[in-house]
Amino acid sequence: MVLDARSPSGPIEGRWDKAKFDMKLVNPANKRKYHVIVVGTGLAGGAAAATLAELGYNVKCFCFQDSPRRAHSIAAQGGINAAKNYQNDGDSIFRLFYDTVKGGDFRARESNVYRLAQISVSIIDQAVAQGVPFAREYGGTLANRSFGGAQVSRTFYARGQTGQQLLLGAYQALERQISLGKVDMYPRTEMLDLIVIDGKARGIVSRNLITGQTDVHMADAVILGTGGYGNVFYLSTNAKGSNTTAIWRAHKRGALFANPCFTQIHPTCIPVSGDYQSKLTLMSESLRNDGRIWVPKKAGDNRSPQSIPEDERDYYLEREYPSFGNLVPRDVASRAAKRMCDAGRGVGPTGLGVYLDFAESIQRLGKSAVAERYGNLFEMYERITGENPYEVPMRIYPAIHYTMGGLWVDYQLQSTIPGLFVLGEANFSDHGANRLGASALMQGLADGYFVIPYTLGNYLASTKLDKVTADHAEAKAAKAAVTERVKKLLSIKGKRTVDSFHRELGKIMWDYCGMARNEKGLTEAISKIRALKKEFWENVNVLGSDAELNQSLEKAGRVADFIELGELMCIDARDRKESCGGHFREEYQTPEGEAQRDDESYAYAAAWEYAGEGKEPILNKEQLTFEYVHPSQRSYK
Amino acid sequence: MSSMKITLNIWRQTSPSDAGKMVKYELDKVSEHMSFLEMLDVLNEQLIGKGEVPVSFDHDCREGICGSCGFVINGVPHGPRRGTTVCQLHMREFKNGDELFLEPWRASAFPVIKDLVVNRNAFDRIIQAGGFVSIPTGSAPDGNAIPVPKKDSDRAMSAATCIGCGACVAACPNASASLFTSAKVSHLGLLPQGQPERYDRAVKMVNQAKEEGFGGCTNIGLCEAVCPKSISLENIARMNRDFTLGAWTYREATTEGGGA
Repeated sequence: MVLDARSPSGPIEGRWDKAKFDMKLVNPANKRKYHVIVVGTGLAGGAAAATLAELGYNVKCFCFQDSPRRAHSIAAQGGINAAKNYQNDGDSIFRLFYDTVKGGDFRARESNVYRLAQISVSIIDQAVAQGVPFAREYGGTLANRSFGGAQVSRTFYARGQTGQQLLLGAYQALERQISLGKVDMYPRTEMLDLIVIDGKARGIVSRNLITGQTDVHMADAVILGTGGYGNVFYLSTNAKGSNTTAIWRAHKRGALFANPCFTQIHPTCIPVSGDYQSKLTLMSESLRNDGRIWVPKKAGDNRSPQSIPEDERDYYLEREYPSFGNLVPRDVASRAAKRMCDAGRGVGPTGLGVYLDFAESIQRLGKSAVAERYGNLFEMYERITGENPYEVPMRIYPAIHYTMGGLWVDYQLQSTIPGLFVLGEANFSDHGANRLGASALMQGLADGYFVIPYTLGNYLASTKLDKVTADHAEAKAAKAAVTERVKKLLSIKGKRTVDSFHRELGKIMWDYCGMARNEKGLTEAISKIRALKKEFWENVNVLGSDAELNQSLEKAGRVADFIELGELMCIDARDRKESCGGHFREEYQTPEGEAQRDDESYAYAAAWEYAGEGKEPILNKEQLTFEYVHPSQRSYK
Repeated sequence: MSSMKITLNIWRQTSPSDAGKMVKYELDKVSEHMSFLEMLDVLNEQLIGKGEVPVSFDHDCREGICGSCGFVINGVPHGPRRGTTVCQLHMREFKNGDELFLEPWRASAFPVIKDLVVNRNAFDRIIQAGGFVSIPTGSAPDGNAIPVPKKDSDRAMSAATCIGCGACVAACPNASASLFTSAKVSHLGLLPQGQPERYDRAVKMVNQAKEEGFGGCTNIGLCEAVCPKSISLENIARMNRDFTLGAWTYREATTEGGGA
């Protein structure tokens, strides 16, 4: 397959304006005639549904949660970047673009990233106008902080709950459109298949999670804003319900899946405490602004942290990366923590942890200043661990947090299936091999508020769409397949619970496709996952019926899809014989242990094509060219 | 690590029309480091192993921010620790031998779907009635063109931290949604962006809450006591003021002043 990114040409500053001007428009009276499906109500899906309804389209919007306000964007803590340069500290659109391309280790598409940086400024304006209560200075202007490896202060925030406030802004805009009758909202409803007719996305099959009823919904275009797939690792910072089903079903219907192995491991999470652990909790990266990370110099030193004298502590990030110190990007900080723990210098009961220490900040700023900045995070830490971080250093360890991979999309955010658009974390486009802090909220909202409203119109105005109904053979077949699969899951009646399969999958992924990967391990993981898949379909035990709220059944369908995705991730990781960003292949590292990219052979997005059950997926490549930011070894020393 | 034995009495109800009943379960080897929901995960794994249908409960982020989870533990929504959702409640708050009673939110506006899961769509409809600023995408001025005094912004933020879990309703003898409704009325009413619709918003949202079957506020204060985000009762006073002022001037929308 030839992948046409439809990236505009010409000077990068003018590409989005040019693209917008070149796009066909749908006149206001005709917008009323189009029907659009939006799946997911996070920042990307929620913003898209609200904005498209404002424009006049008829929108059907779906979420598996009981309310669109609960999408997992709500849990984002730290902030959102924008190139406003309100601080007069040298920021610009070009600098945000530059930082993002470099931070992504030169595996993102320049045109997309530049557009993201341009749009960032409008997002802040929109959110402020909606009443998002961003932090303010005493003079009433917006406050900023520096975040996640940036050397300028361009991050806007609302205490430690920026995602919550931005999502509620989008949710309220969505609820307004629901009240105006422009959006039909389907909460507690899950998309279980995509309907493709004459090569175009024309609808979805959904399942009502309360009644179990499966329905066909037809439309002129389908938009997925269904988030990331970090839960393939079982333990992650994602919400328990976050899943890959919508994008995986679309993949199996023909949408290519790009860079599935690009996953982000966040360095500051609360360590695992036991085998009952159900999820991992992130401690915002903003803590690294004032906390100092250290481990004992001596391996196996199990004294309490307070009794380890200053000269027996190793502030290893400050030592190894003097210019960025504790603020090195996430992938670098995570790998460094792993190196320390692998060397036997980890702390806490499991040895899988490092200290994040606020003693120096509390002395310098006073306890109340530290409480004002991080009070809610300190309280959360105390609730979970029973330890008081004002008195003893926090213990942190890296955990799966975000997935840069996702469905391949072109510059118009359209997948390889015409009429199927993919937004936010669900697509692969803007973060390359590593996402910088405070960039996820920016991308989700950019896609939803400011990109899809243009590109969807362009598609509808330039495409001939025949009238199709739910009686179409493809729609009926998709619905029948969904019903069949649900029945199958309930009929196996094996011996193992869904969660036990999910935990086993997660362990395979973390051990072989986690922070460090190698050829042999990945090959082993692939065969283990294939065996797990076989066992799942023979031995899973799902009780209850399909005509009621059945949370085991919901999980079973999702885990079945995670197992298949896990295999593709390992195949992708094995195929990419280089290290870049979050993808660290042990065979490819610099003498200092940093990621060794191979731009000669791997400066491409790997877009995988589903070839059918039991067949090897087919690799398609989108070659990446860098006209503005020249690939170099990332150095944070 | 200490290990506890806990007796759980859990409300089991197969469907909205089922009468429902309490069922007793014994659980041992409960670790103090488990979250309350992790303890229920362990129970559910054991039930599935015995061929019994697991307990349904709403949950998602398990970080205390999505607002999905919540049930009543020994009469208290979200359990004994103040300012904490049930997903963030850890078993170290309990002791060996404790007997706990778990029930869903009880309010006619929150019908039970199954076990501990209730339908909270009424909250969304209260927001639909007016819990927003009418600002279509693309029409916003520059972010710093609207200065907001820090103290107003901070108070608005405190109200805006409501997670919409419904504990306030469950705690209130009147099943009033006043704390929830007032948190949104206050959040937007304290900000300059929210002024044009301020009084109409209060009237419409309060009326919608009544329509949904939530009771009135009689200043009892249990809502604030159980709120996992410690939303202040003061917001209700602010809402009542805006409602009163709004009720004097409220008019249905007209087509007057439409364009030519």
